[in-house]
Amino acid sequence: MTGDRLSARFAACKAQQRAALITFVTAGDPTVADAPAILDALVAGGADIIELGMPFTDPMADGPAIELANLRSLGSGTRTKDIFDLAAAFRQRHPDTPLVLMGYANTMLARGSDWFADQCKTAGIDGVICVDIPPEEDGEIGPALRASGVHPVRLATPTTDAARLPAVLEGASGFLYHVSVAGITGKQQAAQASIEQAVQRLKAATDLPVAVGFGVRGPEQAAAIGRIADGVVVGSAIVDIIGSHGDAAAPFVRDFVATLRGALNANSPLFRETAA
Amino acid sequence: MTDTLAHTGTLPNSLRSQPDAAGHFGTFGGRYVAETLMPLILELEKVYKAAKADPAFEEEYDHLLKHYVGRPNPLYYAGRLTEALRADAQPGKGAKIYLKREELNHTGAHKINNCIGQALLARRMGKKKVIAETGAGQHGVATATVAALFGMECKIFMGAKDVERQKPNVFRMKLLGAEVVPVTSGSQTLKDSMNDALRHWVSNVHDTFYIIGTAAGPHPYPELVRDFQSIIGKEIRTQIMEAEGRLPDMLIAPVGGGSNAIGMFHPFLDDMDVAMVGVEAAGEGLHGRHAASLAGGKSGILHGNRTYLLQDEDGQITEAHSISAGLDYPGIGPEHSWLHEIGRVQYKPITDDEALASFQKLSALEGIIPALESAHAVAAAEQIAPTLDADKVIVVNLSGRGDKDIFTVADALGVEM
Repeated sequence: MTGDRLSARFAACKAQQRAALITFVTAGDPTVADAPAILDALVAGGADIIELGMPFTDPMADGPAIELANLRSLGSGTRTKDIFDLAAAFRQRHPDTPLVLMGYANTMLARGSDWFADQCKTAGIDGVICVDIPPEEDGEIGPALRASGVHPVRLATPTTDAARLPAVLEGASGFLYHVSVAGITGKQQAAQASIEQAVQRLKAATDLPVAVGFGVRGPEQAAAIGRIADGVVVGSAIVDIIGSHGDAAAPFVRDFVATLRGALNANSPLFRETAA
Repeated sequence: MTDTLAHTGTLPNSLRSQPDAAGHFGTFGGRYVAETLMPLILELEKVYKAAKADPAFEEEYDHLLKHYVGRPNPLYYAGRLTEALRADAQPGKGAKIYLKREELNHTGAHKINNCIGQALLARRMGKKKVIAETGAGQHGVATATVAALFGMECKIFMGAKDVERQKPNVFRMKLLGAEVVPVTSGSQTLKDSMNDALRHWVSNVHDTFYIIGTAAGPHPYPELVRDFQSIIGKEIRTQIMEAEGRLPDMLIAPVGGGSNAIGMFHPFLDDMDVAMVGVEAAGEGLHGRHAASLAGGKSGILHGNRTYLLQDEDGQITEAHSISAGLDYPGIGPEHSWLHEIGRVQYKPITDDEALASFQKLSALEGIIPALESAHAVAAAEQIAPTLDADKVIVVNLSGRGDKDIFTVADALGVEM
């Protein structure tokens, strides 16, 4: 799909014997004007894949950090068109870094799924995570995305039992996002043992790369998860930095992302040899 | 009349057979929730199906409605209101107005019908904790009430602004043993309390049951809330036959999420001679701030269902406004969206000012202080009744009593208390 930047990036990380670093920021937080510098900082810090949140007035699956980011972005006037413009400009500057759009159905489908999928394709977006469209309602968005060559990325959670997992995997592509806690973004941290168990279960059921997110806040935890999963997602911790530093956040974001990436690199014998 | 349709062989076309297996009413409804909640929603659907087929469940529900809630409540002929409207109407005009007295239920509104049903389901699922969202506090009070009755732990999510505006109900909920959680996000009103209730639920799915207060949310909520509220329409059928020997010509009910309205309408949907009017809150008027999702919104996805929503062209939810906190919500139950699209029910906007006038008129003429929500339906009846012949019969759903609203009304009228 679209030259498939996602599989290429996961394969490259695998070749380096480390997990992919997936970083989340809300598009247009704190403003659309500040956004390109923040996205560039993610790449400069070593992010492999960027998740770009589409701000929504009612982000029901998000904790306070990302909810505030949504309100900051919308408060500064971010519109859907701005988000696609940001993505398209990012694609020009970073031809190989995969972009995944994450958000809620109402903003994605406001002009219809075909319009949305077409905009994604044109802007060079590689995958879409729609938080409130479960497999049962795939028809709302899945067919349009697939027809445009954009991966519909699915979520698996601690409540996704064995009986349900096949339904989640049916039609999933790009990667599988394991939500490590039953809850909202950025709150609790899951026990490492339960994450390990879940990742093993998921990897036994699919060939898709498995990324783990929700509640991953720092380098140590990222490293621990990186030893078992194909990707580690960090969101709220980065969004908090943007919340604290506003339009001056870019260098702080870059430095923090670099510590995450360093922690994942340190899992790999290749990087340890280089360091020695 | 119901049987007429059945005997013409058009049973599959019954308007009472929605939703489909996936919870859709036409293109509306469905299950738009985070994956974490899906297994629970599917389990709830299973449990509800089993409960519906279990005579013991129905028996206990009926028993509580009779002995605890005080059902059946009266269908009252509002003679003085009817005559007052006839006095200003053309000769021969002025339909008879009956009031369905839901405000006489325990806790003062229709909300308790649904809360009893859902608490019974929670118990069947082995959940010992219940949560709910509330706007004005009526659903919060009803939920706290059944939680006390069933010995369940109860948390009520309420917008911080509403906590401030509705202090008596906040204290009532606390007396009943509930914890009231003020919600400080967003507009700090009903929709935000629903967001936070969902956030709490997704983090506590293993032991918590969410008692949704209106006929909205992910399937099977719109269906089961409607079924629990259908007692309203079923009683009206029996009572109007006793009073008039025939079905009514028109039903009128206020619509926020629309649970009292769908409960009133549903038993009559296949009776094509019974017209139905749902009354939306037009706030300051449709060109100003309002809460009329059908008149001023379009189809979208929020809080687990596809339905009409107040939103901008990007799909951002716009804030609703109504003088009635119970109607102050930017969406509507999905079955109403469907009934609107197929034209079976007419939806009529009524402004804050019109509702305020009817609030006072019904109090003075009939000695019944209606909830501001219900006053919207009374206002619609006042506009429609004089246009109909005097032998026509209208039933208005007096969904709640107005004690809770006296401070709001006094404030709007510039009266110092």
